[in-house]
Order: sequence, then structure tokens, then C-alpha cells
Amino acid sequence: MRALDLRNVRFRYRGSDAPALDSVSLEVEKGEFVTVLGANGSGKSTICMLANGLIPHAIQGDLEGIVRVFGLDVKEHEVAEFTTKVGMVFQEPESQLFCMSVEEEVAFGPENLAVPRDEIRERVEWALDLVGMKGYNDRSPFSLSGGEKQRVAIAAALSMRPEMLVLDEPAYALDPIGRIELYSVLKDLKENHGMTVLLAERDAEEAAAFSDRLVLMKGGRIMESGPPRLMLRDPEDLRSIGVTPPQVAEVARLLNARLMSSKFSFLNVDEAEKTIVGEVLAHKAGGGK
Amino acid sequence: MIPSASSSTREKIVSAKGLKFTYEGGVEAIRDVNLDIRYGEYIAIVGGNGSGKTTLAKNLNGLLRPTSGSVVVGGKPTSEQKVAALARIVGYAFQNPDHQLFCSSVEEEVRFGPMNLGYPDKVVRDKVEKAIEAMNLEHLRKLPPLSLRLGERRRVSIASVIAMDPQVLVLDEPTTGLDAEESTELMHRLKRLNDEGKTIILITHDMKLVAEHAKRVVVMARGRILLDSDPRGAFSDLEILRQSNLEPPAVTQLAHRLATYDIPRDIISPEELVFHLMRARGGT
Repeated sequence: MRALDLRNVRFRYRGSDAPALDSVSLEVEKGEFVTVLGANGSGKSTICMLANGLIPHAIQGDLEGIVRVFGLDVKEHEVAEFTTKVGMVFQEPESQLFCMSVEEEVAFGPENLAVPRDEIRERVEWALDLVGMKGYNDRSPFSLSGGEKQRVAIAAALSMRPEMLVLDEPAYALDPIGRIELYSVLKDLKENHGMTVLLAERDAEEAAAFSDRLVLMKGGRIMESGPPRLMLRDPEDLRSIGVTPPQVAEVARLLNARLMSSKFSFLNVDEAEKTIVGEVLAHKAGGGK
Repeated sequence: MIPSASSSTREKIVSAKGLKFTYEGGVEAIRDVNLDIRYGEYIAIVGGNGSGKTTLAKNLNGLLRPTSGSVVVGGKPTSEQKVAALARIVGYAFQNPDHQLFCSSVEEEVRFGPMNLGYPDKVVRDKVEKAIEAMNLEHLRKLPPLSLRLGERRRVSIASVIAMDPQVLVLDEPTTGLDAEESTELMHRLKRLNDEGKTIILITHDMKLVAEHAKRVVVMARGRILLDSDPRGAFSDLEILRQSNLEPPAVTQLAHRLATYDIPRDIISPEELVFHLMRARGGT
């Protein structure tokens, strides 16, 4: 059973002429980290909202094709049935946070499921620990930095013990350090906790470094999909869907062109540094200085 | 009015001295800021969430008045000027365009400002047309602003500021929420305004944007200015950037790590980095 299975999906929002998604087929395996990249209006948020049943239940329109979330057809099951399977995190943490303390915020979901008190406490501690916010229990969410707020929003989603996290541009309003904090939490969830992650992004810089697969979308359609290294080989592919390629991918492309090679391919700064030192500057003595 | 000499000899248009600003409730957002901005500059004020950059920006046009110290705009302290008078000199475009938009068509939205400043009809018409052209809104002018996409709404909010024809444009995180194409279009339009002599103040934490566009960078943290330099200078100081919750673009980080190979630390584009790598490799 897959975490998410879209088969030939077409969706048109009520009141809109053009479909937001057209002929979209996408499979996300359990434990996979998939990033959907695209410009505004490409359809990536629509996929996120299908993944937890918000479409078609809360947001109306014409849905064709098959959408299965952990084997359940979204048309036949209510949103409530997905809340313990899929955790959702939106662009702006403010739109999600409303309690007086971090602890209440994170406990809110399981409290509503009538989870026993001891277990709620356990889940809150577990979730805060996972996002690096241990000890913030009594703080007001509104006194936190942007990166901290977004991590509380993730903890609130995690306390429902979901099998998949869906995040729609979670780094939207974060400063660079907030982004780093957020992405290192996602990376840890994937690598050490087997979490399935579906991420929608407009910026390929971090997502490329640790996604299993990138899905390139434009105008409601999937243009290409594959492992990041393949998707970044020609940075033009990203540019053509209105996404700025990571700078390291651009460096790799330029090196390939200058050295008439095809071997350079960088997903992050660490990798670029290592390869450049080892292969481009190998005969230079400067490294020991 | 605008001498063509280098920017450091041009006349000051905005000048903050010993500026402090404390919000009701006691949050000291600006602790001590001294900053001179001259005609025609393109400045980025950068800092992490909560660094005080937005509060500083709102002090530059009288939306907020100093708790102590002063901000002089066009030769007079803001404390002695009305917001309407200041709006002719320093225009401010909010981070969230929806805080600004309320009219039933783009054209009316853009007309609202200059009309309220009491310009004659012909002047208003002229300024509206210029602003609509500057932000590429001709095809959208009859539509309700709130029906537009975020990138378009942001251009409408900026056009409604430009229409008041201020010498200085303050833009608070203008590219947040925009995709690459919308962002490139907006930045291109802002560059043109700067080329025509407008002073641009960009409030942002997008370091790639700063690297590509700003000529001067003011780095803020905890209500103070930590650094005031050109983008290359700002990006070479990782320690200062980190204190401000910022990080230089990925190529600059890479250049720092390769510094022992004679790669300069102040690189800001992939092209530049590869140029220096080739040079280091060839030994020439």
C-alpha cells in the first residue's frame, strides 16, 4: 500500500475555468521524501490538499481520476479519517497556531481524539524533542521566531502520530537560519524516523539536497519526475518551470561546460566543495595552507 | 537636484541619528541606529525575522515616529511633518499587499494616493499612467485588485505608492511569495526606477536578491546596524551574518570554503566562482 497514489487526476476549483490539475499521476511510497517543485499556480498546493482529503471535502470542485491516501479513496472517506494518517503544515505558521502555550498547541490534536492524558504528555515531549523545541512547553507561540513557530506547527502535526507529513511551502516567510532549522528537522524525520514526506516548494536550494525524488510541475501538469541528481543535470529544466535552480547545480553545469565533461553534479555545498577540491583543484598545493 | 557625482557625495534624502524606537508594551525594536541615505541609492536593509528592519523602515517615512533620536527626511525631522507630506518623499509598500488594497479596480487603487495628495486632475492622470506602466499593469487596470495573483497584487501595491511620485521607495520583502518569474519581473521594474533616479530601499532576508541587485547592504540584528557596506563586503563576514540570522548565497559559502586555494571570499555568482576555479587550476 502506497502513502499516496494519484491516477490520472484532474481537478477544477469551483468557479474556475481552467483545471488546477490535469492528467496527474503520482505515487509516493511509504518512507519516501518527495518534493513537488513549481511556480505559483503550477498545482503543487492542490496536490497537498488532495493528500489529506481537504479536496474534495472542504474545498469544492470537480475531481476526476483516483486519489488514494494509504489505500483509502479520498472521495469515499471523510477528512477526519485522514487526520491520524496525514499531518499538514502550511506556509504561514500564524495561520495554524492559536493556543496560549506551545504545549497546548502540540496537545490540541490528540486531546480532540480523546487520547489518554499520560499518552498526550508523552506525545508532546516526543514531538517537541523531534523538532528541537524541548523545554519550550510554557512559552507563548507568538513570542517565538518564525523558524521556531514553524517547528511548533510541525510538532503539532506530529503529535497526531501521522504516517505522512505534507508541507506546503513551509519555509515561505522564514529567514535563512529559520530555513536551515526547518529543513534539518525534515531531514532528521526522514532519515531517522522513516517519516513519509510530501513537500511543495518554489525554491530548489534545500529540497534538492535530501529529497528522494523531485516532481517538476507546470500549469497543473507533471513535466518530469526523478531523483534530484537527474532533475538538476540541466538547470534549464527547472528554469523552464519557473523555479530557480540551486546555485551549486549552476556551478556544476558551468564546470562541465568549461572542462568538457559531464561528471560534475552537485546537490549541496559539502558535495561541491569535496569534488572541487578533489578533482578541479587536485594538483594545487594550496589546500594544506 | 540629483547631481551625477558618486553616491557618497550626493545630497542626503533620509538621515537617522541616534534613532530608538520602543513599541507600546516595551519591546525595543530599534536600539540605536545612525543611517544616511542619499539620492539615487539602491540599499538593502537585511536581517533575520525580528531584527528590527521593518520597524526601521516604518520610521523612515513617519508611519512610526522615533521614541528618541531623530529621522530627517528632505531636510526636516519626521516629528515635524505630516504623514501626507512625508508620503510625497518616502513611499512605503507593505510586505502584505492586501493590507494596502481596498479599491474596486487596479486603476482606482493606483489613483487613490495622488488624488488624496491634492494634485490637479491632469497631474493625477499622468502619475497614474506612469505608475501603471512602471509596474506593467496595463492589461489588468480594470480588474479588482483582490482578484489578482499575489505577484500582480504586489505590483499594484507598489504602483499605488509610485503614483504619489515619492523620491524614495521603501519595499518590505517585496518578493516573498513570488515565484522566480514574478520576482525577476518585479526586480527588473525596480531597477528601471532606480536607473531613472529613484532611491530604492529594499527590506529583505533573501540574500540572492541582495547579491544581484543592491549596491549597499545594511545588516541589522537586535535593533542595531552591525555592518554597512557593499554586498561583497557584507557577504565576506560570515560571523556578522550569522548574528543576524542570515547566510550568504550558496556560491559565496563555497568560495569561503575554497579560500585556501586562492579563491576570493566575496564571490556572489556561479559564473564568477567558475572563472576563479579555472584560473586557480591553470595557475595563471
